Amino acid sequence: MSDAPLVLGLETSCDETGVGIVRGHTLLADAVASSVDEHARFGGVVPEVASRAHLEAMVPTVERACTQAGVRLQDLDAVAVTAGPGLAGSLLVGVAAAKALALALDVPLYGVNHLGAHVAVDVVEHGPLPEPTMALLVSGGHSNLLLVPDVTHDIRSLGATVDDAAGEAFDKVARVLGLPFPGGPHIDRVAREGDRVAIDFPRGLTSGRDLQRHRFDYSFSGLKTSVARWVHAREESGDPVPVADVAASFQEAVVDVLTRKAVAACREHDVHDLLIGGGVAANTRLRALAQERCDAAGIRMRVPRPGLCTDNGAMVAALGALMVTAGRPPSRLDLPADSSQPVEVVQV
Amino acid sequence: MLLAIDTSTSLVGAAVHDGDVLRSEVAREDVRRHGELLAPAVQAALGEAGCSRRDVTVVAVGVGPGPFTGLRVGVVTALVLGHVLGVPVHGLCSLDAMAADAATSASAPADLLVATDARRKEVYWARYAVSGGLARRVQGPGVARATDLPEDLRGLPAVGRGPDLYPEALHGIPGPRDVRPGALASLAVRALAGHGPDTVLLPPEPLYLRRPDAVAAAPAGARAR
Ligand SMILES: [Zn+2]
Repeated sequence: MSDAPLVLGLETSCDETGVGIVRGHTLLADAVASSVDEHARFGGVVPEVASRAHLEAMVPTVERACTQAGVRLQDLDAVAVTAGPGLAGSLLVGVAAAKALALALDVPLYGVNHLGAHVAVDVVEHGPLPEPTMALLVSGGHSNLLLVPDVTHDIRSLGATVDDAAGEAFDKVARVLGLPFPGGPHIDRVAREGDRVAIDFPRGLTSGRDLQRHRFDYSFSGLKTSVARWVHAREESGDPVPVADVAASFQEAVVDVLTRKAVAACREHDVHDLLIGGGVAANTRLRALAQERCDAAGIRMRVPRPGLCTDNGAMVAALGALMVTAGRPPSRLDLPADSSQPVEVVQV
Repeated sequence: MLLAIDTSTSLVGAAVHDGDVLRSEVAREDVRRHGELLAPAVQAALGEAGCSRRDVTVVAVGVGPGPFTGLRVGVVTALVLGHVLGVPVHGLCSLDAMAADAATSASAPADLLVATDARRKEVYWARYAVSGGLARRVQGPGVARATDLPEDLRGLPAVGRGPDLYPEALHGIPGPRDVRPGALASLAVRALAGHGPDTVLLPPEPLYLRRPDAVAAAPAGARAR
């Protein structure tokens, strides 16, 4: 156990400065500094604000992670960092910091894919990943269905959103309903009081030719527009907007499509394990419906605890540790940050 | 052993100074790839100076002003190196390093403008009084359209890329166009020794001079699908 690699992971792809430390499959520290409050009044992440915050938070967050883990930087065996995808300016701060760490400590550096890290993080919670695993990643930035034969170097994209990410739709609908940013937790809370079949909102890419061409893709833009139109029509007519019913019906439309396609993908590829990650994995209705459908289909479901589903450094450290253990060669010191890194590129 | 880093202009690089002489200087000109080029440049500068990272006793970093994205690469690199190595990190105004560089020339004017590319049709600028081979900042740093600078500044002999970009507004003379890390290293050594009125040490934080543009990114566009 003690010869399992001690790895620090840095995550700065969006508005959280995450520093995690793992030893093999054991999580030792997960320190996060978030600039979310600074973005709230703009209704979304302001890239320059996020980049400035990453720079200020970097050294203090690294220090906090070391204290939490009870290790010295000099004890590290490797450093891992999110190389992409994400906000270009934010990624660059993390990548530069990781290079400086690796250089100053003289340890190998692993530039990894953010989406792969979302999958890998579950090893610190539920142990080794079955091979293959199906992964459904949903957040404000991603809606991906991934077939994962080996998280250290073989991740295949089965489907993704063709327009908005699921979490983005939550944010936009929350705004229409007068709920605060970020919208996910607020919709989830309000929806518990509502009727999820009250309004029949559209399910994107689920019928006819759409389904043939976009078998495992998602679309939430039409849904978002449909909700906004419905609410405005209500307001025009002078009737009160049933916020809880709208929230519940919208949420049901999102999680219905997410889980239906995820389970269908498991069946089609004969995969018996479904992992759900990303910030939206904290949604209680998504978890409940996914569990129900997985049970019915004989699929085991894995969901890391909410703190590990949102962006964090632990997930990057976890993937780095898996790469070290698998004997993957380290990345070069001139590795680029790639804001649109394809999901298939697990390591840069 | 002082390690100097600057990423405020198109020149990305590092230099090592032992207090008496500049031991190494490694720089590449590439305005888009600061993040890729800096770490290897630091490694190469240490190697060419014949020392290891453990020999570094102080880190100096150019804190701009300069385009933010590249600037942060240098500052975060310096901060993390300083933290891991347990040595102090000092900031210096990058324009000071360019003025100090220009001041070493025998033909340096007594009254000098440094103007660098601030993008968006603007320049970062500062004014210096030059004497005895040293340059003392007397005005700035600021950011403005070259054509909006007051007449008395625009009339000064200028170094940096500003005059190349806006020849109609600024009067360029031969001299440095970017910040050489070696010039920053020499300036830092002099400042740390307490010599000369030509510079001041700053906290290792970027001199942004501009507020962030408060336009939220579309989350799905910002991240890959
Ligand atoms: Zn994420």
